[in-house]
Parts: sequence; structure tokens; C-alpha cells
Amino acid sequence: MAESGKIDPMHQFAIEPMFGTDHLAIGGYNIAFTNSALWMVITVVVLWVFMLGGMKRELVPGRWQAAVESMTGFIAKLTDENIGKGGRKYVPYIFSLFMFILFANLLGLLPLGVIGLHPFTFTSHFTVTGVLAILSFSIVLIVGFFKHGIKFFSLFIPHGTPLPMVLVIFPIELVSFLFRPFSLGLRLFVAMIAGHILLKVLAGFVINSANASPLWGGVVGIPSFALMIGVSALEVLVAGIQAYVFALLTSLYIHDAEHLH
Amino acid sequence: MPQIAQLAATYSSQIFWLLLTFGIVFFVIGLGMVPKVQSTVDARDKKIADDLEAAKANSAAADALEADWRAKENEARADAQAKLAEAKAKAAKDREAKLAKEDAAIGEKLAAAEAEIEAGRGKALGEIEAVAAEAAADIVRRLAGTDVSADAALKAVKAVI
Repeated sequence: MAESGKIDPMHQFAIEPMFGTDHLAIGGYNIAFTNSALWMVITVVVLWVFMLGGMKRELVPGRWQAAVESMTGFIAKLTDENIGKGGRKYVPYIFSLFMFILFANLLGLLPLGVIGLHPFTFTSHFTVTGVLAILSFSIVLIVGFFKHGIKFFSLFIPHGTPLPMVLVIFPIELVSFLFRPFSLGLRLFVAMIAGHILLKVLAGFVINSANASPLWGGVVGIPSFALMIGVSALEVLVAGIQAYVFALLTSLYIHDAEHLH
Repeated sequence: MPQIAQLAATYSSQIFWLLLTFGIVFFVIGLGMVPKVQSTVDARDKKIADDLEAAKANSAAADALEADWRAKENEARADAQAKLAEAKAKAAKDREAKLAKEDAAIGEKLAAAEAEIEAGRGKALGEIEAVAAEAAADIVRRLAGTDVSADAALKAVKAVI
């Protein structure tokens, strides 16, 4: 990680196979169990444990059950507001998406480096966010064409467009539609990687300035550390917002597929 | 940037483990647990709505009961008042009748007494007349030496008296 005092802020995103599974493969494709996969599994386990608290199914909920119910209620409200009629059947998918991304973001922010572990934020990899975006976009396409058939293309023609304008607007709308999975996947990836790099760079300032001299440590290190605290708080916010944005945009796109306009 | 540098080496592992873990999340948590949590919430909402409904019905029933009771009470009060008035009227009538009776009895007694007094006075007057006539006749005999008949003396006394 550190070479002669240099801290590589990108090293935290490096994927390393674990438990000697480097050459695990299916049909010629490598499926090594990496640190990224480990944190996916940890996310699943933590999310599952969290959800267990909601399975008590008591009439008067305790704190934990109320927390789980507030999350499902939040997503149910999101789908009601943004998909509208027929939105409830997407609650399991939107909920899984939101909670999976949220827990991944938050777990990746845990300061486990203090006790020698290395948290890994797999949502900072576009292979991961891209797959999730493609999943959402596939649902939009499948629902859209299954429900409306060829009429789904009318989504690209706003109401009351004069015929000559249709020829111009249709390709523009089509391109903006096709860009949706990219904006969806890249937004999450960029937000997570930017925050983590910023935190690592600031951490590098703190350590290198403190190593240089107590004076530099005071002038550069302490303000950097103060900034890190603020940025960490901001990152917790971003973790929630990005998960929300992903779920919100997915439900908005599904709304288009369900109701066209 | 490891995301790009390691892309060729790791994309299959990333996609495989993501699909596996997200699949578990979707099928176990999304499809398995979320509907149960949601149904708990729905059941609670329904229970609350039902309870509210029942409370509303009970409140309406209580209001009706109170109105009923009030009407009954008013009726009883009116009844009591009527009875009281009747009793008062009856008592007044009774008293009046008794008073009238007493009055009559007193009047009768008074009349009898008056009559008795009148009779006594008449009798006394008669006696006085007789004594006066006798005295007059006696005075006339002594002064004039003439006898006056008792009748004439009585007549003269009556005229003077």
C-alpha cells in the first residue's frame, strides 16, 4: 500500500482474490471469491439480519421492527408516488435494490481500517453498478414491450408534437432513453469513488504531514483531519442519497414502462 | 484505476458474485420477507381502522343512550312537576273547601248567637216596657190620682221609647 511514505488513494478499489480461489472458474470464466465478493456476502448477511428484526410481526412494533417497517413503508410510498397504479408489485425489486446499495455504501464507509480490516465498497465499481443499472433497464424494457408492444415507442414522442418535429424529436428521445442505464450506473459509481478518493487523499495529507514535522502536522494535518470528519458525514449522506436516487430513477423509468407518459 | 485496470481479469467474478448475492437479496429478502413485513403493517393499519370504527360506533351508541336517558329524565321531571302542581292545586282546593266549611260553621254560630242576643234584647226590652208602664201607671195614680189602664200605660210607654 505505502511505498516510501506514498499513499495510493486508488489502492482501496483494488480487487484481490481471497482464500486461494484465484483460479475458481465456471465455463472458462473466472469467478474467484474476491474481497469485493466478500463484502457483497457481508452486505447480504447484514441486510438479512436487519430484516429478521422485521419478522417478529408484532401488532405493536418494537424499535427494530419499526425501523424495518419504516424502510418497507418508505419504498412502498416511493413506488406509490412514482409508479402509481400497479406500482406495488415492484416493491420487492425496488426494496432489494435500495437496501442492497444502501447497506453496501454504508458498510464500505465503516472505519474498519482502525482494527486492521479493509472495508471494500463494491458500489464503487462500474462492473457492479453497471449490472444493477442493466437489471433495472431490462425490467423497464421487458415491462414496456410486454405491456404495450410496439406502442412502447410512442414514449419517445411527447404529446402534441407536430409531425415534422417527430422526425427530429424521436431520435433525440431514443438516445436519451438509451443513456438511462449509463447515467444510472455511472452516477452511483462516480459518487462512491469520488468520496472514497477524497477521504483517502485527506488521510494521506494527515499521515504524511504528521510524519514530515510536528509543524506541518499542525498546519496541514489538523485542518485535513477536521475536513475528513465533515467529508465522512457528507459521505454517509451521499451513501443514502445515491441509494435513494438509484431506487427513485428506477421507479420513474418503470413508471414510463407501465403508463408510457 | 483498478476499476479499469482489473476489468478484464475481474469482470466475470464481479458479475457472478453480484448476481448471486443480489439474487439472494431479491428472492429471500425482497420476495420472502418484504411482503410479510408489509402484510404486518397492513394488518396493523386495518386493526387501527377497525378499532377506530368500533370506537366511533360505540361513541354514537353512547350519545344515543345519553339522549335517550335525557329524554326520559326530562319526561320524569315534567311528570314530577305536573304531580307537584296537581298536589298543590288539590291541597289549595281542600284548604279552600275546609275554610269555606269552617266559615259557614262560624257564620252559623255567629248568626245563632246574634239571634240569641236579639231575642234576649227583645225580651229585655219587653220587660223594660212592662216595668216602665207599670211605673208610669203608678206615677200617674200617685200624681193625678187617676187610674190608668195597663194597656194605655203600655201604649204611652211604647210611644215614648
